[in-house]
Amino acid sequence: MTDGQVIKRARYKSSVKDFGVPGVLKMTRERFFFMPNDPKSSARLNVEFRLVKGHKFTKEGSNKQALLNLTVDQGGNYIFEFDTFSDRDACREYVATAIAVSGEAGRAGSERSAAPLQDEQLSHAEMERRIRLLQEDSELQKLHKQLVIGGVLSEAEFWATRKKLLDENASRKSKQQVGLRNDMFHVKPSSDGQSNKVTFNLTPEIIHQIFAEKPAVRQAFLNFVPSKMTEKEFWTKYSRAEYLHSTKNVVVAAAEAAEDDELAVFLKQDDMAASEARRKIRRVDPTLDMEADEGDDYTHLPDHGLSCDGSKDVTDSPYELYRRSLLQELNRHAAVVLEGRAIDVELGDTRSVAEALARSKQDDLTDEVSDGNINQERLDRISRMAEIDDLQAPRDLAVAPLCIKDPRDYFDSQQANAIKSLGDTLAGAKQMKCSLSTAEAYGSLRDYISEIKTSGLNDSIVKPEVALKVLNGLTQSISSTKYHLGKNPHESVLDRLPYVAKQELLHHWMSIQELLKHFWSSYPITTTHLFTKVSRLKDAMSQIYPKLQEIKESVQSDFRHQVSLLVQPMLQALDAAFAHYDADIQKRSAKSGERPNGFV
Amino acid sequence: MTTVPSKLYADDVSLLMVLIDTNPFFWSTVKNTFTFSNFLSHVLPFLNSILLLNQLNQVVVIATGYNSCDYIYDSSLAAPNQRAESLLGKLEEFVTRDEELSQQNSIEGVWSSLLSGSLSMALCYIQKVFRSGPLHPQPRILCLHGSPDGPGQYVAIMNSIFSAQRSTVPIDSCVIGSQHSAFLQQASYITGGVYLKPQQLEGLFQYLSTVFAADLHCRSFLQLPKPVGVDFRASCFCHKNTIDMGYICSVCLSIFCKHHKKCSTCGSVFGQAQTNVASASDRKRKTTET
Repeated sequence: MTDGQVIKRARYKSSVKDFGVPGVLKMTRERFFFMPNDPKSSARLNVEFRLVKGHKFTKEGSNKQALLNLTVDQGGNYIFEFDTFSDRDACREYVATAIAVSGEAGRAGSERSAAPLQDEQLSHAEMERRIRLLQEDSELQKLHKQLVIGGVLSEAEFWATRKKLLDENASRKSKQQVGLRNDMFHVKPSSDGQSNKVTFNLTPEIIHQIFAEKPAVRQAFLNFVPSKMTEKEFWTKYSRAEYLHSTKNVVVAAAEAAEDDELAVFLKQDDMAASEARRKIRRVDPTLDMEADEGDDYTHLPDHGLSCDGSKDVTDSPYELYRRSLLQELNRHAAVVLEGRAIDVELGDTRSVAEALARSKQDDLTDEVSDGNINQERLDRISRMAEIDDLQAPRDLAVAPLCIKDPRDYFDSQQANAIKSLGDTLAGAKQMKCSLSTAEAYGSLRDYISEIKTSGLNDSIVKPEVALKVLNGLTQSISSTKYHLGKNPHESVLDRLPYVAKQELLHHWMSIQELLKHFWSSYPITTTHLFTKVSRLKDAMSQIYPKLQEIKESVQSDFRHQVSLLVQPMLQALDAAFAHYDADIQKRSAKSGERPNGFV
Repeated sequence: MTTVPSKLYADDVSLLMVLIDTNPFFWSTVKNTFTFSNFLSHVLPFLNSILLLNQLNQVVVIATGYNSCDYIYDSSLAAPNQRAESLLGKLEEFVTRDEELSQQNSIEGVWSSLLSGSLSMALCYIQKVFRSGPLHPQPRILCLHGSPDGPGQYVAIMNSIFSAQRSTVPIDSCVIGSQHSAFLQQASYITGGVYLKPQQLEGLFQYLSTVFAADLHCRSFLQLPKPVGVDFRASCFCHKNTIDMGYICSVCLSIFCKHHKKCSTCGSVFGQAQTNVASASDRKRKTTET
């Protein structure tokens, strides 16, 4: 990237399986060339990066080819195979930046292909992050296109205000912890079928899982290796034990265990796991009656409903020790997988893994046992859970009754505004206060009632001319409130505008905000760089004025008033910026008038 | 209530709860422009026309008095073909009873009718109808109100409004007084009803039949007068200034423009800083219990 171009030896292939044409791949900012070693070959290439849409590459691995695949706009692709991965990676990084640059430039239809990049050296990852951000957010992309490619802001300036966005994105990307695999029988013995040899494949991953699932094995490893046996011997023994289990031959297992103490460790039931399980059971809600649930599931079936060959179901007590139930293993495995990867140790070193696991378990243990009497706690819990309301002392909640001295205050705090919005004044209320005698008032009311009782209803309830007046008044007020917009929060003026106008308005609003942000942040102007930036911003902002005017004129006359109301704050914000700019320029020229020498 | 189960309530059958303001003091102040008998001569034909619009329509009238309120007419209890004029007798009785409850001989200052009471009664009636069976008429409340708002009823009225909102009962309001009613404005705004203050009271019937006669189903097809929007900004309790930002009592929701040591509405003592929050709440408890 430093010298502006990359030249590597590569083979051009039409497909992955093709052997390819050997030659030289040369990349410059705008395009890449491929020159075959055989000058007569027709596989000569000269492609602009503008046309390249994306790139793919193979993962680095011992037996893989170092491939780079460039996909082109019109479909089709160019595949190059490199001699080494480092060659390929050099080209890949170059391609990535080149595509990004020419891609944006191409979209904008501008000739300034690599300009935005020139003032800074960006890491490949940083560049990709920005590109992804732009791709995810079409509004941002629009702004970027307008301001950066349009030359108003530089790439760095544009992103400087969005550092947070970049950071957030980076943190979101932070590596996720990989959990344990959840398949259980990953240590499958495989036999070649000819000899009697049975092979077990153990990876550090699997060893970690074995340690987590079988504390006894972990303990044995810490005890025996390397004092008593080598790691290889240990795992051979373990595999032997596993094999014996897989044959399900309890008698043989017992016999072998009797001969070999160490093997017995693996064959016997895991005491540590069992004690852990017991401890967990103690923590179960004491009021939970598991027996009551019996029959709800299949646990009451022999062997938990799992089919098994009934022949070996005899419970011979000496062998019982060597029997493992599938369900136990399943539960244990599930618990470990759900617990997740608790330790943060490189998996390579078996011993350190075992130690770390042992330590983390120990921590758990001390946490629990530290307060000593678990039993007491259990009893407390029982009494707490099985509380009988009648036997409890009345619980006085410390709640004070709400006492509101004068609810009138609530009314006063709202009424003033509510009435104001209707164009009423409180003066009317004052007028209505007058002194009246109760008897007089009630008497006159009764008189009115008896009056209508005797005279009955009028023949024409409403005079036609009054009715017409009422109807006209109602129609007028309804038709006027129909266009009385903006007061109702549920409907926005924007929604009534044509879609294009709405989008444009929103976009202008965004870009004005962006420009103003940069504009104000460059004050006070201390360097020439800021000075040129401000004038650039000013020019860009002044271009928005006619565009807003255009929108205003393009909409129907119904909406013109609304649009101008919307545009008003935008114009005000811009005007404020211009006023500041002019004032600043004047101050500068005044100052430079006083001191004509050497002030920029 | 004699609801015959065989009645087929379609979505255009209404139960109209009409709250009539019978505050004698209000009607005395407006007797020069619009008398109570005038008012009744507009309202009774309106009630009759509601009953004529649909055979199953039901009208219940509640009188909102100064000291009390009561049901004065229920079309489902009236004899067949009896018109709404029959409520006049009950109304007369009600006014007499309301007078008997008065304690003072004359009234000074602001007098308001018991709107909270009649709203609650209307809502209770509607609840009874709701529980009468799966099919029932569509209820709505119409307030024909003229008296000024009673600030003391604020909490009760707001509670009624919210309960109406909860059971989706619109509260329509027709203000016949000279000033707008903040209560009814809010009530209609919150419950989705129509708020109207007629300019020409001599054409009241025309207003009622144009705006408030249509059933709820029809309303979705009509352009009815829309609320201009209610200003929900609050003013502080201490100076009655409109504020955008202020302090709110966490106990009773009173609003203040500046920090007070003690809530003037409910008497809770406020803590000063975060450090002595615990002691403040202790104190609060003590003070409120005593």
